[in-house]
Amino acid sequence: MEYIKLVGILIIVVGFALKLDTLAVVLIAGIVTGLVSGISITDILATLGTGFVSNRLMSIFLIMFPVIAVIERYGLKERAAYLIGNIKNASSGKVCSIYMFIRVLASAFNIRIGGHVQFIRPLIYPMALGAAEKYKGAPCTTEEDEAIKGLTAAVENYGNFFAQNCFPAASGVVLIQGTIAAFEGCEWVQLADIAKNSIWICVIATILTVVQVNLYDRKLKGGNK
Amino acid sequence: MGSFLTNYAPEIFYVLCGIVCFDTALRALKNEQSKIPTFLFWLLLGIIFAGGKFLPPVVTGALLVVMGVITVTGNLKMGKFEEASYEFKKAAADKLGNKIFIPAITVGVMAFVLAFVKYTEYVPDATTGELVATTKSLNGAIMTGVGCVLALILAFIICKPKVKETREDSARLLMTVGASSLLPQLLGALQSIFTAAGVGAVISTIVSAIIPEGNIFAGVIVYCFGMVIFTMIMGNAFAAFSVITIGIGYPFLIAHGGNPAVIGALGMTCGYCGTLMTPMAANFNIVPCAVLETKDPRWAIIKTQAPVALILIVVHIVLMLVLAF
Repeated sequence: MEYIKLVGILIIVVGFALKLDTLAVVLIAGIVTGLVSGISITDILATLGTGFVSNRLMSIFLIMFPVIAVIERYGLKERAAYLIGNIKNASSGKVCSIYMFIRVLASAFNIRIGGHVQFIRPLIYPMALGAAEKYKGAPCTTEEDEAIKGLTAAVENYGNFFAQNCFPAASGVVLIQGTIAAFEGCEWVQLADIAKNSIWICVIATILTVVQVNLYDRKLKGGNK
Repeated sequence: MGSFLTNYAPEIFYVLCGIVCFDTALRALKNEQSKIPTFLFWLLLGIIFAGGKFLPPVVTGALLVVMGVITVTGNLKMGKFEEASYEFKKAAADKLGNKIFIPAITVGVMAFVLAFVKYTEYVPDATTGELVATTKSLNGAIMTGVGCVLALILAFIICKPKVKETREDSARLLMTVGASSLLPQLLGALQSIFTAAGVGAVISTIVSAIIPEGNIFAGVIVYCFGMVIFTMIMGNAFAAFSVITIGIGYPFLIAHGGNPAVIGALGMTCGYCGTLMTPMAANFNIVPCAVLETKDPRWAIIKTQAPVALILIVVHIVLMLVLAF
């Protein structure tokens, strides 16, 4: 009965689908999976604790909150929208495309700038929204605002994910090479071979991003007619 | 010096994160509803952040369960806050001009500059135990933390805010993000349990059972979708990669003459397409919803990403067939 170990996944899927309390769903999934696999409750709690603490880096953005608190109260978003409003032909698609290029280049050289808390909320989203309103010539509706939030957040992810493996010492590349080179007949595979073969997807993902954000520009203008 | 940078310097910044939590906990005592549970929730999170490295893991795990009980009983509540008026912000923006961008840009510039900092640490060799000089980059917590501390100092110099306002606004931001703020870490912890329980092995047995032997086309499709689905379940392509590549990639593709460098590179990024579509990757898809305050707190970003991810999966399959064989 090895399949019983998958019960945790079932709990997650059902819990998320029914919109139950996320924190409780994840905890229960973890504890149940551990118990059916014969792990003691103290070991389960210890594994949870260790995993949680070793992943603290994921939540380091908390440290940015006081900075955002100050600059938003003193008009950062308003200023960003004003500046964009002064640029002719500005549009949310152009703001997103430019951010994508910067993000991709930085990622490809292993420069870790970016982040939803660090860049998207304080800078890119207000700029994209300001540009969209200028482009449309009217204030955005709630649905349009939501769409721009989604797009700016997505661009951050695209740029981050698909460019990082172009850098030969990126952690993903190291993991790929380590796994592959252990196979019989694959000892020749170097970090640079992996990085080189990651360029295709990086380029295609960038093009798709530019297409997606520009399609939304069109939709925005069309909706105004 | 080297071991200080690796082991202790990041803790300084986690303690600062803890302080943001503690301050939110104090603010929760002014809540109208669920004062004590909300206070307790943020207090515990602060304790885990600040003291995580020194707490026994079992205790941390137990504290997490307590926090889960608080949220599942609906006792984590947002306080009432007064936001600055539009007129106030507009006036500040006109007065400060472009100087308001300096703190935000500092965070990026510092991350950029610190990315070039390298240091040497003497690490014991895994087999011989001899100390070997190893070149290391700064920990991510230091890169972000230094930038943020500097940015906060600059923000205070430029905007001259009242400390009380800043505390109020920080607490409001953290309460808005709410329980999602610890979801990424908790899902990371869930992965550790899945790994300890051997969930990966079970899935790879199921997936590899459905491929007809020697059919490259079917192999590529199953490998790519295996990466996507397994990543969606685990919330992390790294966790999926070794399992799926050892279970499917090698026997069904590489052993049949596929170029391993191409298959490995594309396999991983194909997994990233799964990351774009799963709420399990909370740090990429759920926390940003809270940070941007989207109406739909769970699917807003995934909905935007799904079409691009699906197209990219097809692109991966085609590229793998063309480039690897």
